[in-house]
Amino acid sequence: MKEELLLEVKNLETFIPTPKGQIKPVNDVSFSINKGEIVALVGESGSGKSVTSLSIMGLNASAIQYRPESSIFFNDKDLLKLKEKEMRKIRGNNIAMIFQDPMFSLNPVHPIGRQIAESIVLHKKVKYKDALVTALELLNKVGIPDAKRRLNDYPHQLSGGMRQRVMIAMALACDPKLIIADEPTTALDVTIQAQILNLLHKLQKESGIAILLITHDLGVVAETADRVLVMYCGKIVEEGTVEDIFENPLHPYTRGLMASVPELYGPTKEKLDAIPGVVPNPLELPKGCNFVTRCSYATEKCSQNAPTLLKHPSGNRVSCWYPLEKEGERGHYETAATSFS
Amino acid sequence: MFLKYLARRLLYVIPLLFITTLIVFSFILLIPGDPVLALLGENATPEKVAQLRQQLGLDQPIIMQYFDWLKNALQGDLGRSIFTGQLVEEAVFSRLTVTFQLVVAAMVISVVGGMFFAITSIYYPNSWMDYVARFFGTLGTAIPNFWLAMLLVLFFSLKLGWVPATGFTSINDNPVDFLKGILLPAISLGAMGTAQITRHLRSSLMEVMNADYVRTAYSKGVKRWRAIFNHGLQNAMLPVVTTIGILFGNLLGATVVIETVFAIPGMGQLAVNSILQRDFTMLQGVVLVMIVLVIIINFITDIVYAILDPRIEY
Repeated sequence: MKEELLLEVKNLETFIPTPKGQIKPVNDVSFSINKGEIVALVGESGSGKSVTSLSIMGLNASAIQYRPESSIFFNDKDLLKLKEKEMRKIRGNNIAMIFQDPMFSLNPVHPIGRQIAESIVLHKKVKYKDALVTALELLNKVGIPDAKRRLNDYPHQLSGGMRQRVMIAMALACDPKLIIADEPTTALDVTIQAQILNLLHKLQKESGIAILLITHDLGVVAETADRVLVMYCGKIVEEGTVEDIFENPLHPYTRGLMASVPELYGPTKEKLDAIPGVVPNPLELPKGCNFVTRCSYATEKCSQNAPTLLKHPSGNRVSCWYPLEKEGERGHYETAATSFS
Repeated sequence: MFLKYLARRLLYVIPLLFITTLIVFSFILLIPGDPVLALLGENATPEKVAQLRQQLGLDQPIIMQYFDWLKNALQGDLGRSIFTGQLVEEAVFSRLTVTFQLVVAAMVISVVGGMFFAITSIYYPNSWMDYVARFFGTLGTAIPNFWLAMLLVLFFSLKLGWVPATGFTSINDNPVDFLKGILLPAISLGAMGTAQITRHLRSSLMEVMNADYVRTAYSKGVKRWRAIFNHGLQNAMLPVVTTIGILFGNLLGATVVIETVFAIPGMGQLAVNSILQRDFTMLQGVVLVMIVLVIIINFITDIVYAILDPRIEY
């Protein structure tokens, strides 16, 4: 299958002016998503993944401003240059979003059928009554049992997993090309998480929707994604296919993330290998590489010059002066990788 | 289910009525001054005083008086005025229609004004509209209503001559005159309510518009206007419904002053006169009806709340 470009983020840079200086939640980020692809955007809280996704939706808080060089191309249109009215036609219609906590993301005083039908009525020329019929089909599609009766239920009458299914049905309402799922499983029980991920996977296979999956959970990534972007302090530090990232992480941060996940198989460790130190204050980022304060391989060069995202012979793109060698760390990452498969 | 909920709410009302009337009844008797002396004059002979006292039932213990009164009140008989001999229920109900029209007019002004100011202030944040709304929100609470009433009369009645300064026409008799007569008193009463609702709804809306589900609505491609009206308002109104319910009681109490300023023959005026004359039976009737009104409004508030918020368990 020929890969067709769906979304292209180029040099996305956002900043918030504060009295103490500028904060850059997203700093020169470029990536693309092909049609029908699941791309995972991984990073800790504050790494800029949510701001990136909200930039695509044009829903960032008004305090966040964009550098003029930034562009987000979707269907040959630069979303950042669109007027609000044109952007509204894309939201929910071509690009839909699933949020983290379905407890708070659904309107508590409207029945779920009405909430799903709302997007349909907004974007398609259909009557509310017909939109409700579509809403019912969607509820069936996302696996809500007894959907007809559920149509008039309010969010509080559903369980967390059911609510997230409703959110997914809502996102699917207008057959979007891209769904941005912002931590869709974080607020759910582990058993429910797997169901929701399977559902997303199934829908992507059936209807060829591309999904940008935002998460900090590497287990979710391994199960679902085709390609992975790892973000740290507003920058992408590594990018590659899910196999390459898990089998051969090049950036010390990526490897640190994997080591900090408990392993199901292999020898039991006394303690998990946490990444030492904390995420630097966004107002006092290091001069060189952002990860230099926490990296055990860092040299003088790392603290002076920031590396750029470059293609590595192994296939990944990585932003590091000293990408990790495969042989040197073999034993460690292999045990980590098996726990996800 | 909903009927069951209604029935349960109604059951709460019974002990509430019983306790409040008992308190009111006994407190009224604590008001200094003796209605018998007021009726007969200072020079009445002790025999005559005792005779009238017995006639009016005032020689009985308070608790007996209360149960007598309660027994009659349950049958719709609130007694006769000590002074005029008029049937209390007749006097009270003819005044009630007047006061009710006044309070409802003031409520309409409060709710419509409050919602208008709050919504425009949220839709145009930091615009001049927002500042006007915030200014009114403070001013309306700070200005005493009788003073506002006098200013309004001074300007609109005496200077411009647009509306009469005093008097009242019932809406049944002449709707146009009703509107003219009710305008100033309703504004004087409603200013406080407008301010309260503006402030409360504004802060409530501000919170709701930052909620996750409003962000979800935006992500569906909803306009801001629709996000406010369709997603924000119903949620933001929930706490405000309580404010509106309480406001009704406040406005009912405030009619005492406003009716005096505008010479409106309503319940407030009747209450003031009854107190001055020590007309205890009349006063008891007035207070009883006011209590019942407030309880009914609380009841309605509960129901509206249950309609607006599907999470309420019936």
